[in-house]
Amino acid sequence: MIEFRLNGNSGVSPYQQIVQQVKSALRLGRLRIGDQLPTVKDVVGNIAINPNTVLKAYRELEHEGLVAARPGIGTFVVNSFDDTTYAAQRTLRRSLEVWLEKARRAGLDDESIEALFVDTFLFTPKEVAR
Amino acid sequence: MIFALQATDLGKRYGRKWALSNCTLDIPTGHVVGLVGPNGAGKTTLLHLAVGLLTPSTGAINVLGEGPATSAEQLGRIGFVAQNTPVYESLSIETHLKMGAALNPKWDSQLAHRRLHDLGLDPSQRAGALSGGQRAQLALTLAIAKRPSLLLLDEPVAALDPLARREFLATLMEVVAENDVSVILSSHVVADLDRVCDYLVVLAAARVQANGEIEDLLNSHHRLVGSRREVDSLPPSAHIVEVSHTERQTTVVVASEDPILDPTWSVEPLTLEDLVLAYMAQAEEQRRELVRTKVGES
Repeated sequence: MIEFRLNGNSGVSPYQQIVQQVKSALRLGRLRIGDQLPTVKDVVGNIAINPNTVLKAYRELEHEGLVAARPGIGTFVVNSFDDTTYAAQRTLRRSLEVWLEKARRAGLDDESIEALFVDTFLFTPKEVAR
Repeated sequence: MIFALQATDLGKRYGRKWALSNCTLDIPTGHVVGLVGPNGAGKTTLLHLAVGLLTPSTGAINVLGEGPATSAEQLGRIGFVAQNTPVYESLSIETHLKMGAALNPKWDSQLAHRRLHDLGLDPSQRAGALSGGQRAQLALTLAIAKRPSLLLLDEPVAALDPLARREFLATLMEVVAENDVSVILSSHVVADLDRVCDYLVVLAAARVQANGEIEDLLNSHHRLVGSRREVDSLPPSAHIVEVSHTERQTTVVVASEDPILDPTWSVEPLTLEDLVLAYMAQAEEQRRELVRTKVGES
């Protein structure tokens, strides 16, 4: 079972934070197919958020085919991300580390590095050559 | 459609001073509504009008489709926790529950006792000996054990420390998750509200400054930053909430259903706190302007 946390200053809406946390738990293998997500009541009792926010996040995850609600029982993981990316993640992380080292050596501070990454990420076309 | 709270041109005057004026609201059921504004904005007045503790000077108010306090049945559908979560200090918790059972036909004794158990409260304890957080939890327990369709809470967390505040809100959210209940809670603290509320009413200077579902409000409000200029070039559909200038820069908070396409503005989203503060600052600026004009005239 995973536990959600909420970052009040992230600028990301609470519902998106829950969606992201489920996805990242799936990517990192902390959530697997068959696992149950915490009930709405448990989530709101833990982190004091509006139940509709949790429902909205779960509905979006359901819509994406990652989880399914079984009425009266709970919400379960029915799908995960393609495992073939795990292998790729390692080499990608390695090249990112190399890039980071270069950036630091060039004199960029943490904020500049983050700004540069986010900016490039947002403004690079998303199409992938196949 | 039945509204949790519906007000039409509602006003309340004390002598020459309007505590609330021109208040028109249609708040649907099924929401957790944050009623925010500075102290003295009219929040308590609005809540007291809603429960029938006050009668309007102008206009009308309906709660769950009926006039406030028109019948015992109507009152039974509303749970109200007044400011500072009052309890009878000399009475035990158990006596509070007995009183609740005797006074409320739909009283859910099991729910009340289960909640006390969950909170780790001893029923034989005197209410006056409780901490602020425990007292607030007791007041909430009493309000929800009557099984209301609408809960009205006046500054329930204002006096609580951060942990007690978080626990109170968590309990409240559990209540909302388990029951078909609408909630209106007032607060002058904006922090925490965006996690528990999904609907917002901003009151300042005795008037409703903004209201609606939080998601819609956040989507329609933007901060525009650009080189210094006058703001009359903005499209007419954009409502200007707040403007500030520095030597070289102009910052505007606008409400606009249409996207702002002018590329000379950099458009940023607002947080809920920014949005509320912008409306409060605008109301305060208008008040100062009014006083300056008056003083200038005399």
